[in-house]
Amino acid sequence: MNEPVRRMGDYPSRAGPYGGQGSSANLADILERVLDKGIVIAGDIQINLLDIELLTIKLRLLVASVDKAKEMGIDWWEHDPSLSSRASDGYRSLADENKQLRAEIRALREGEELPAAEEEDEEEYEYEDEGEAEEEKPRPAARRATAARGTRAKRPEPRPRTKKRRDTS
Amino acid sequence: MTEVISYAYAVARDAGGSLTEALAGLPGVADAPVHLVRAGERGDVVVAVSPVPEEDFHEAALRANLEDLEWLESVARAHHRVIEALASRTTVLPLRLATVYLDDERVRRMLEARQEAFAGRLAELAAHTEWGVKIYVEAPAPTDRPAPPPADADAGLSPGRAYLSHRKAQRHAREDAYRDAEEVARRVEAAARGHAVDRVQHRVQQGELARGPGENVVNDAYLVPLGQAERFRADVSRAAEGLSGVRVEVTGPWAPYSFATPPETEPVPGAAP
Repeated sequence: MNEPVRRMGDYPSRAGPYGGQGSSANLADILERVLDKGIVIAGDIQINLLDIELLTIKLRLLVASVDKAKEMGIDWWEHDPSLSSRASDGYRSLADENKQLRAEIRALREGEELPAAEEEDEEEYEYEDEGEAEEEKPRPAARRATAARGTRAKRPEPRPRTKKRRDTS
Repeated sequence: MTEVISYAYAVARDAGGSLTEALAGLPGVADAPVHLVRAGERGDVVVAVSPVPEEDFHEAALRANLEDLEWLESVARAHHRVIEALASRTTVLPLRLATVYLDDERVRRMLEARQEAFAGRLAELAAHTEWGVKIYVEAPAPTDRPAPPPADADAGLSPGRAYLSHRKAQRHAREDAYRDAEEVARRVEAAARGHAVDRVQHRVQQGELARGPGENVVNDAYLVPLGQAERFRADVSRAAEGLSGVRVEVTGPWAPYSFATPPETEPVPGAAP
């Protein structure tokens, strides 16, 4: 085992204080790895991994300190029309637009019939108003593209405790 | 006196015996110094461990603490920091956050029982690092509306209809951006194929975890031999060239978090059935 010394330190452009990503790494990327990846071994203190899965969902819903979360790059609520109409960037105030459009559609409905094609647009729009558009929108088919050699899909199914046991002996 | 229990960070190979030095002065979780637990005297597979207060890490406390973002961040960063320190010297198998034992002796027994499997995976991962590749669609935002068209071009269209027709145009632009993203994903895969030996697909980072502008549509981790890392990064980074609505973000090198557990379909040499 000839381990190269300073393996991750070989990338000075990226090296943090401890090599590799160092303290500059995005918390989102770190959490993704420390909570979802790594070897799962049942220690003496049992925490149900499902709770940790839930945790990531809860993080989405319950952010204790807004400023803290923002500092960490967790600022989803600013992009979520159901939670905020605050203008921040390209995603701003969908909710306001929705209201405006709905009012316009109501006005149109009262005055004349909407052509079918436009009905379609209206549906899409109401959709976004539910704040779920980001979740439900069709994804690109990239996932379906043929994968590189050795590829394995690691889709959620978070039950590693049982399936990853590989005790020897 | 506060009772302490043992927090385990990672399994690593301490071939040259230099890991203790790598950990010297490095604060772990709860700012405690990190040490190595070995199985037997000559074992070069070790577990990095540090003492943590029992009161913060027993089951009920953990459950509550893990939902405290500030607590979670400090533990996650400390966990990551220790793993990075180890990974800068040797091959590492990161353990999941908050793997906790009653004492070092319990850690040692776990290591003894799994030593062979750990050694096998460490050998497979030697001289490889993990790289993250995320693809973002930066679709035209709904508020990017062009200046209102001149009145005569818009003649006959009520404000509502003009708005809807504008929305339709935006939707087409969005579709184009997603098509471009697929093209970029293909290019990334083609570029990666020449360098990486394995890939794991992570869930896309939605909302709460997404930092950059745009929508994350691909979030993959690749296992790349050390010697190929620079070329991997260069080739993958070029994948979005010429496509303005799509962005590729490469992060790394990471310790092989996403590859620590071998693929399930692959029989593990030395592992019991």
